[in-house]
Amino acid sequence: MRHLRLMGTTALAAMLGVTPALAQVGALGTPEGKLNIVAWPGYIERGETVADFDWVTKFEEATGCMVQVKTANTSDEMVALMNEGGFDLVTASGDASLRLVAGGRVQPINLSLIPSWGTVDERLKNAPWYVVDGVHYGVPYQWGPNVLMYNTEVFGDTPPTSWNVVFEEMDLPDGQTNKGRVQAYDGPIHVADAAQYLMFHKPELGITSPYELNQEQYNAALDLLRVQRTLTARYWHDAFIQMDDFRNEGMAASGTWPFQVNLLQADGVPVASVIPQEGATGWADTTMMHVNAENTTCAYQWIEHTLSSNLQADLSVWFGANPVVPAACTDGRGMQTAEGCTKNGFDDFERIRFWTTPVTRCESQEECVPYYRWVSDYIGVIGGR
Amino acid sequence: MTLAADPARDPGHDGVQPSGAILPARGLGDRVSAVFWRHPNVLLATLLALPLLWLVVVYLGSLAALLMQSFYSIDEFSGQIRREFTLSTYAELLRPANMDIIIRTVAMSAAVTLGAVVIAFPIAYFAARYARGHWKALFYLGVMLPLWSSYLVKVYAWKLILAREGIITWATDGIGASAVLNGILALPVIGGNSLSTSYIGTWLVFLYVWLPYMILPMQAALERVPQSMLEASADLGASRWQTMQTVVFPLALPGIIAGSIFTFSLTMGDYIIPQIVGSSRRFIGQAVYQLQGTAGNIPLAAAFAVIPIVIMLIYLTVARRKGAFDAL
Repeated sequence: MRHLRLMGTTALAAMLGVTPALAQVGALGTPEGKLNIVAWPGYIERGETVADFDWVTKFEEATGCMVQVKTANTSDEMVALMNEGGFDLVTASGDASLRLVAGGRVQPINLSLIPSWGTVDERLKNAPWYVVDGVHYGVPYQWGPNVLMYNTEVFGDTPPTSWNVVFEEMDLPDGQTNKGRVQAYDGPIHVADAAQYLMFHKPELGITSPYELNQEQYNAALDLLRVQRTLTARYWHDAFIQMDDFRNEGMAASGTWPFQVNLLQADGVPVASVIPQEGATGWADTTMMHVNAENTTCAYQWIEHTLSSNLQADLSVWFGANPVVPAACTDGRGMQTAEGCTKNGFDDFERIRFWTTPVTRCESQEECVPYYRWVSDYIGVIGGR
Repeated sequence: MTLAADPARDPGHDGVQPSGAILPARGLGDRVSAVFWRHPNVLLATLLALPLLWLVVVYLGSLAALLMQSFYSIDEFSGQIRREFTLSTYAELLRPANMDIIIRTVAMSAAVTLGAVVIAFPIAYFAARYARGHWKALFYLGVMLPLWSSYLVKVYAWKLILAREGIITWATDGIGASAVLNGILALPVIGGNSLSTSYIGTWLVFLYVWLPYMILPMQAALERVPQSMLEASADLGASRWQTMQTVVFPLALPGIIAGSIFTFSLTMGDYIIPQIVGSSRRFIGQAVYQLQGTAGNIPLAAAFAVIPIVIMLIYLTVARRKGAFDAL
């Protein structure tokens, strides 16, 4: 029936000579048979890594759209691939999505063609990292916080309440110093974590967003990170190496993703996680459509699929992330449960400041320190400068 | 079958047949081969065209592109790449944080090379001078075996071995030598929280991974030292140590230098080992990876990438003078 209606609308569109003069798709046609997506590794699983985690096969069976995934390891790679073209969709993080919009690489989404749009989390429906001037340039895909993981044998019954355990030298509840027993993320975006800590503890600096720092605020964040360098034996880069460090290197605390916490707990390692009083940074990813997407019908069907199928629930279990459809936590469409969502930080949305790319022309101040300087300076800090 | 085609079958025939060496062409193949015969340079060019194309376009071309990028700069304000000739990117290399990276990498490469020479020499000497038959086969197997397993697996295995709660700590505790281990870890600069987060650990893993590249050329050089020279040296009254110093070592030097080219350059270019084992302080490879990837600062990444090339060019020039390439 739906298929008939689709054919009907296409025929009607053809008869009336309606060409998509608007940038966005007006109606869906017949599925094109294929779909090309740029995605983070592990984001689009077809049961090949672990058989239980599959949210592609059923989509392909139902729509006939064969999904081709090109994985990208950094936001910059994603932007570069989208600039090259030849792709229909991308799962862009907050530090890539606005760049794609500004560069004119993505097209507005016609929300009326996505029946499940109404089920999307109200908190995300108008998020600034993909809605520009009231136009939706994508549909939320998944989000998660960067939590503070700690060793329960070290902290006992008193979980840390502040990020200070990884930023300042102190004795931990087991009586020993935290020196050499904490870790930090080795990506330059970690400067934002330091800025967020200062936002809470040094209000006189006047930081309003950890991603928009003027020179003075930025220097203060770097100074804090230099203290952190003296405490940190090794910065973590690879999730699995960090997990290994919590098993074998006697690590007591570190900023991390819920992904590592879940896997370590499943392995019986005594760790737990909190979002401390200062709040946390986090990521929020959006499915966006290329401005010259060839397979628009398949793309719209995929977007609908991301919201309505087992994808939201199972991906959130797989990645330690949160569904953008709240119902996915509870309605049993996949493996996720209400407890699982709580553990992944679902209830802490308001306390999370999502990753965005620091740019020179920022909103809150006259001029901010841009990201490429974060990179070179953070390399210096890690090198002991 | 024509006569012309097969004069040999008819040796007694004394007709008007021309000399057997000049035969009419039998098709395209013959004509092409005739061209090659008359113009040997054409043959050479045809054979070399593909590899030359590869060398010039893919290899030198990418190097040139890299070099060009390093003369661009990144705009301080917008973060965009300015495609104008400038040396400012190279000047940026002189900033303390970047000099640290270069010095750190070169020092590690030198330390790994020295360590590899010290460890590899006795092994190569034994293999070249004493091992025979099955033992020799076993030696080759032993040296090559680590090369056949995955690089990543080896590095991850070392991370476990060196971990704070790993087998080395366990063993030193067991024999009551933990004070020694802690003393080593307490050393400034090269020490750290545990072996796997210190420069010592990074050095050990580099040493392990690249050692075969030192042993093999060294052994080849040692095998070429003629037995007669050692005998002559002994006949002239030299002690074993003198023979080693004045005969064996100088003759083996080209092999040692050849091996050191491998260990030095491989260490300088690696960006995976220091990421897995070490204190997260960057090496050149990691800096390049990070600058070109997340930062989009390709000029600085390119300038960093030029450093190992320059160092290796100097190194190779010196090595060539010492005759290292004779032992390759």
